[in-house]
Amino acid sequence: MLAIRALIRNDLRIYMTDRRAMIIGVLVPILIAAFFGYVFGGNGNAEAGKIPLAIVDEDQSEVSRAIAAGLAEAPLVSVQALDRSQAEQRVRTGKVQVAAVIPKNFGAAATLAFLSGEMKPQVEFLLDPSQSMSGLVVEGLFTQLSMREISKIALNGNPVPGLQHGLSIPYIVATTKVTTAQNIPYNGYAHSFAGMTTQFILLAGIDAGILLLMARERGIWQRLRSAPLSKTQFLLARTIATTLISLFQFTLIYIAAIAIFGVHIGGSALGFAALAVALCLLNATFGLMLASIGGSAAATRGIAVLATLVLVMVGGAWVPSFVFPKWLQQASLILPTRWAVDGLDAMTWRGLGLHAALVPVAVLCATATLCLVIAVWRFRWEE
Amino acid sequence: MLSITHLQKRFGQRVAVDDVSFEVRSGETVGLLGPNGAGKTTTLSMMSGISKPDSGSVSFQGQRVHQDANALKRRVGLVPQDLALYDELSAWANLELFGGLYGLSGAALATRAEEALTLVGLANRRRDRVKEFSGGMKRRLNIAGALLHDPELILLDEPTVGVDPQSRNAIFENLEELKRRGKTLVYTTHYMEEAERLCDRIVIIDHGRVVADDSVRGLYRLLPPSQSVALDLELPPAQELLADLAVMPGISAVQVTAGGLRFDIVDFGAHLSRALGHIAGQGARVTSVKTGQTSLEDVFITLTGHAMRDAPVTEAP
Repeated sequence: MLAIRALIRNDLRIYMTDRRAMIIGVLVPILIAAFFGYVFGGNGNAEAGKIPLAIVDEDQSEVSRAIAAGLAEAPLVSVQALDRSQAEQRVRTGKVQVAAVIPKNFGAAATLAFLSGEMKPQVEFLLDPSQSMSGLVVEGLFTQLSMREISKIALNGNPVPGLQHGLSIPYIVATTKVTTAQNIPYNGYAHSFAGMTTQFILLAGIDAGILLLMARERGIWQRLRSAPLSKTQFLLARTIATTLISLFQFTLIYIAAIAIFGVHIGGSALGFAALAVALCLLNATFGLMLASIGGSAAATRGIAVLATLVLVMVGGAWVPSFVFPKWLQQASLILPTRWAVDGLDAMTWRGLGLHAALVPVAVLCATATLCLVIAVWRFRWEE
Repeated sequence: MLSITHLQKRFGQRVAVDDVSFEVRSGETVGLLGPNGAGKTTTLSMMSGISKPDSGSVSFQGQRVHQDANALKRRVGLVPQDLALYDELSAWANLELFGGLYGLSGAALATRAEEALTLVGLANRRRDRVKEFSGGMKRRLNIAGALLHDPELILLDEPTVGVDPQSRNAIFENLEELKRRGKTLVYTTHYMEEAERLCDRIVIIDHGRVVADDSVRGLYRLLPPSQSVALDLELPPAQELLADLAVMPGISAVQVTAGGLRFDIVDFGAHLSRALGHIAGQGARVTSVKTGQTSLEDVFITLTGHAMRDAPVTEAP
C-alpha cells in the first residue's frame, strides 16, 4: 500500500512540475471546444455564416422578382444578382456556393403548371460541389418562396377547394455541379486531404524544430558548433532538409489520395507543385522559427502544438472555412493555412488554373520568409 | 601552440572561469584537472571557439581565435563530454556527417573514416547503428568523430565518463596512440589517475581559477616529501597514543581510521621503527602495515584545502 501511495505521489509530483504542459493540457481542449461550439452555433447569439447565393433572373417577371426579393430577405443566405456567366464563374471559384438560374418565361409557365401540372419550366441550380448542404438549403428556400408567389397569382388570393392534393411544384430542378475541369466528378476526399496534409506538414515542422532544440541540449550541438560552420549555413541546411522531408511526406500523402481515394489534380499541375513546395518551405521555416524563439524542447512543444492547432482550425483544415461566421472567414485570410487549404482545393477538385495558385503561393512564401527572418534574427548560435 | 590568457566567463552572477591563463605546447598532452563545476568544460568551450570569453583571449599559433574562429576549428577536434552521436544512424553515417562538416567527401572522407574507426577499434562495427553499441563503444566513436579532419589539436572533455574499466583502458590506448602520432591533446577530467597516466602537464582548476600548472613530477614537489603509513590495530588506539605520535619528529597528519590509524612520515629509515616501537610499548597490537606514496589527490587537497569530491558541484549552463 505504501509503495502504491509513493508511486501515485511521485506521478502527481512529476505532473505538477511541468506547469506549462499542464496548462496546455487544459487550454487546448477548452480552445478546441470553444472554437467548434462557436462555429456550429454556440449559445445562439453568434452570427452564423450566410450561404453566398447568386440569383440569375432571366425572367424578370413579377414572380421571379418576388422570389429574388424573398431570398434577399432570408436570414440564411446572402444574395447577389448576377448574370449567368458571372454566377458560373463565382461558383467555380468558390466565392458563391449556389446560383439559382430562373429562366425566361418562368413566371407565366410556372403559374400554368401550378394548376395543370404540365409543361413545367426548369430552374437550374449551379452548385459548388463541395457545398451540397448549401444546395439543399437554397433549393428548399426557393421552393417555399416560389410556391408562395406562384400560388398568389394562380389562385388570385383565393383558395381553390379540392385542388390542394393535386398541386405539385410547378417547375423542375436541374442541378449542375460547377468545376473548371470537365468530366471530373467532385470528390469529397479532396478537401479533407488538403486540410489534413496542411496540418500534418505543419506538425512535422514542429517536430523538426523540437529536434533542433533537443540537439541543442545534447553533445551533438557542441560537435556542430565546433565545426567551421556559420549560422547561415546551418539554418539553410536545416531549411532545405526539412523542406525535402516535408515534400516527401506530401508526395506520399497525395499518392495515396489519388490512388486510393480518387482525388484528382483537376487544375494546374504546376500550380499544385508550386503550392506543395511553398507549403513545405513554410513548414521548414516555421519549425526553425519555433526553435529560435523557444526555450527548452519540452517548453516549446506545448506552445507549438497550440499555435499549430489554431492555425489549422481557423485556417479551415478541419472544417471548411465557409461554415465559419463571416468575420472569422475574413479574419482567417491572414493565416497561411487558409491559403494553403484553399489553394490545394483550387488545384484539385475546383480544377482552377495556375493563376488561382499564384496568390496562395505568394502568401505561403511571404510567410515562410517572415519565419526565416525571425529565425535568423533570434537563433542563438553563439553561446 | 595554444595560448590562453586571462580568460573570464560569467553565467549571470556566477563566475565560471576567472582569469585562467596557461599554454599548450605542440605535441604535449595537457590535463585540465578539477572537480565537477570547476570551470573545465567552459574553458574548453572557449578554447574550441564554441563560446566567447567575456574577457581574455585564446590564441592559436599567434592568431586570436575569436577573430577567425573557423580557421581554428579546422585544426581542432572537439570530443564533447555528452555523446555527440546520432543513435539512430550507423557509425559510418555519423562519421560521414562529421567529415562533411569539415568539407570532406568521397574517397578522402572514406579513408579518414576508415582510419578513425580502425584507431578506436570499431572498424568491424561500421554498419551497426550506434544505439546497438555499448557505452564504451559510443565513447570511442565519440572520439573518432573528432579525428576525421586530422586535427593538430584535440580537445577531450571527460572522454571516459561512465565507462567500465576495460573500455577506459581501450580509450587510454587510443589516446596514447594519438600522442605517439604527435597530436596535441588537452584532456579534462576529475579522475586523478587518468591525468597522472596520460598527461605531460596538469593544470589544476578550482572554482574557475588555475591553482597549479606543472608536470606531474612538479606538482608532487609542491608536497612535503612524506609517505603515508596505515596501521591496522587489534583494538582502537588510545588518545594518549595518538597524542604521543602527533608530537614525534618526522610524523604528521595522525588520523584514526576504521581499522586503526594513519599518519604521514618524512623518512622511513629514521622514524618508522621508532614509531612502531612506541606503539608496541603502549600495548597496542599491530596486525598489518601499509605504506603508500602521496597522490594527486593530496596535491589537490594541499592546494585547495578540500578534496575533489567535497567541491561544490555547479555545472555551467
